[in-house]
This record gives sequence, C-alpha cells and structure tokens, in this order.
Amino acid sequence: MLSAGYDDDRSDLSPVSIKILVAGGFGAGKTTMVSSVSEIRPLRTEEMLSEPSLLVDDLDGVESKTTTTVAMDFGRITVRDDLVVYLFGTPGQHRFWFMWDELALGALGAIVLADTRRLADSFPSVDYFERCGIPFVVAVNCFEGAQRFRPDSVRTALDLDAGVPVVLCDARHRPSCRDVLVTLVEYAIRLLNSADPVGAG
Amino acid sequence: MPDDQWLDRDAGPVVRPYALTGGRTRPRGESFDLLAVVGSAVDAKAIERMMLEPEQAQVLRSCRKPTSVADLASELDLPLGVVRIMLSDMRERGLITVGKPTRAGLTDPRVLKDVVDALRRL
Repeated sequence: MLSAGYDDDRSDLSPVSIKILVAGGFGAGKTTMVSSVSEIRPLRTEEMLSEPSLLVDDLDGVESKTTTTVAMDFGRITVRDDLVVYLFGTPGQHRFWFMWDELALGALGAIVLADTRRLADSFPSVDYFERCGIPFVVAVNCFEGAQRFRPDSVRTALDLDAGVPVVLCDARHRPSCRDVLVTLVEYAIRLLNSADPVGAG
Repeated sequence: MPDDQWLDRDAGPVVRPYALTGGRTRPRGESFDLLAVVGSAVDAKAIERMMLEPEQAQVLRSCRKPTSVADLASELDLPLGVVRIMLSDMRERGLITVGKPTRAGLTDPRVLKDVVDALRRL
C-alpha cells in the first residue's frame, strides 16, 4: 500500500498495537485525559504549512516560516508485552486538520471530549469521525463551575446516532478516564459483532 | 524558494534536526505509519564500529526490541518528519526492518476483550 514498503517477516515478533484518538476543542481536556490514564510522552511533528493554512494564518513578519512545530499528546498503556494501547490527542486547531487522516488511519476508535460551555467546539470532531466511520464516544468533561447536563441533552445537542455512547467524565481522574476508554472499546466490540454476526473473517 | 530563506535566525531549532536528513523534509516515497514497527537488523556489537550518526546508533539500540515509529520519535525527541526520513535512509542501507503496524486487534473481539480487561485493572 505504501511505496515506502514494509518488511513483513518480523510481524510475528511485533506487539499488537491499538490506536485510540482523543479529540475535542481547544481546552476541552485532551492533554489532561491522556496524562491521567497513560504514560504520556512528548511527540513533536514538524509540518509544512499547507496552502489553506497559509491563507488563514497571519504570517506577517514571518513570511519565511513555512514549517511549524506541532506538539501532540501521545500516551501508551502497555497491556501485555505483546499488546499496547496508544493514545493520540488530535491537534485541535483548524490548521492541523491535515494530520487527522494520518492519525485516523487504522484507529480502533476515538473519544470526543466535550466541554458543555463550548459544545459547538466538538462538532468538527463528531462530524469527522461520523464521516470516516470510526467508532467514537462522547465524553462530557465535567469542569467545575460548568452547568451539569444530562447525557441525553448532550446527545440531542450534538445530533448523535442513538448507538453512540455519551458519558460524563472528569479528565483529571484516572478511574473516570479509564471508564471512558472501557466504554469505547466495548462499543467497538459491539459494532464488530453486529457487523460480523457469523464471526467470519 | 531561494535557499537563503531557510537560514534566517527564526529557523534556529529546525537546522539541527534537518541536518540529519541532508536538508530533506520528506522521506523518499510515502512515509511510514506512526505505528509501523521498526526492528534492528544489525548485531549490537557492530553498532559502535559503524560510524553512524549518534541518532542512528540510538535508533538501533532502541529497536533491538521492535519499536513503533512514534515511540522512536518520542525517545529521540526529534520531530516525526525527521525520524521518518532517517528511518527510510536506514532501511535503504539495510540497518533496520520496518514492519506494518499489527492491527489484528481491530478485527478480533478476543484481543479487544483483553484490552478491556487490562483497562479495568488500571
């Protein structure tokens, strides 16, 4: 598939990797969630600014700056020696959307973190995962001082399909983030079973 | 774009990583997946004799046990783009093997149940 080419002889020695994305608007708690539940590590990527972002970004005075550094949230949970869960926070700003397709490739599913004070910020993530058919759950991060909403009203506001789980969480608390992850993986299993009732393939 | 535009002072931190890549900003062909698995194809004792860049030697030491591209970039503290170019060069020289990410788990409910069990123990 990739012209880089792969050597497949080692695949039996390689750990199975499960990729889960953590998305949501700026300030929704993505970094907090990834660090609550996993061993978080620095990961940088330097990208050329794409044409659309050159139009959007104010580059006055930095006209020669054509690459930009993006720090990504990156965490891993080692399940067993041969099974690792990777968490990637998807960069929230619009100019980094070009990275999403790569992050989404082969992802098991996604968590869309929503802040009820700025629910509209999670629309783009919801749209994206619906469009590319990646299982996702919406986790409402219960910030202190924010009015509590019932999951059902969040579901209505986001116009979600009936099956999409909506859960409340506290991104600062490990058990809460763990429960969100469990909800997502169980949801992915349900989708897998319903798409493949005879267990073939 | 004229070359001198790459050399202004704003470019500071960019110069060093991309010196490792001979100034290239894209690997040959398409790039490896974030979770592609890199393994060393070199005997551990041979590494010191090979006159490699320190970063290349570090890649070889890190991936004696197969390691993902993302993990390597994080360990080396280099941008992903730089690491991918290094890896494509190293693969061309036969120093490493790069395997597809093993995504068997995506379609195997048993693997996913193992993941759920492990997450519950967190």
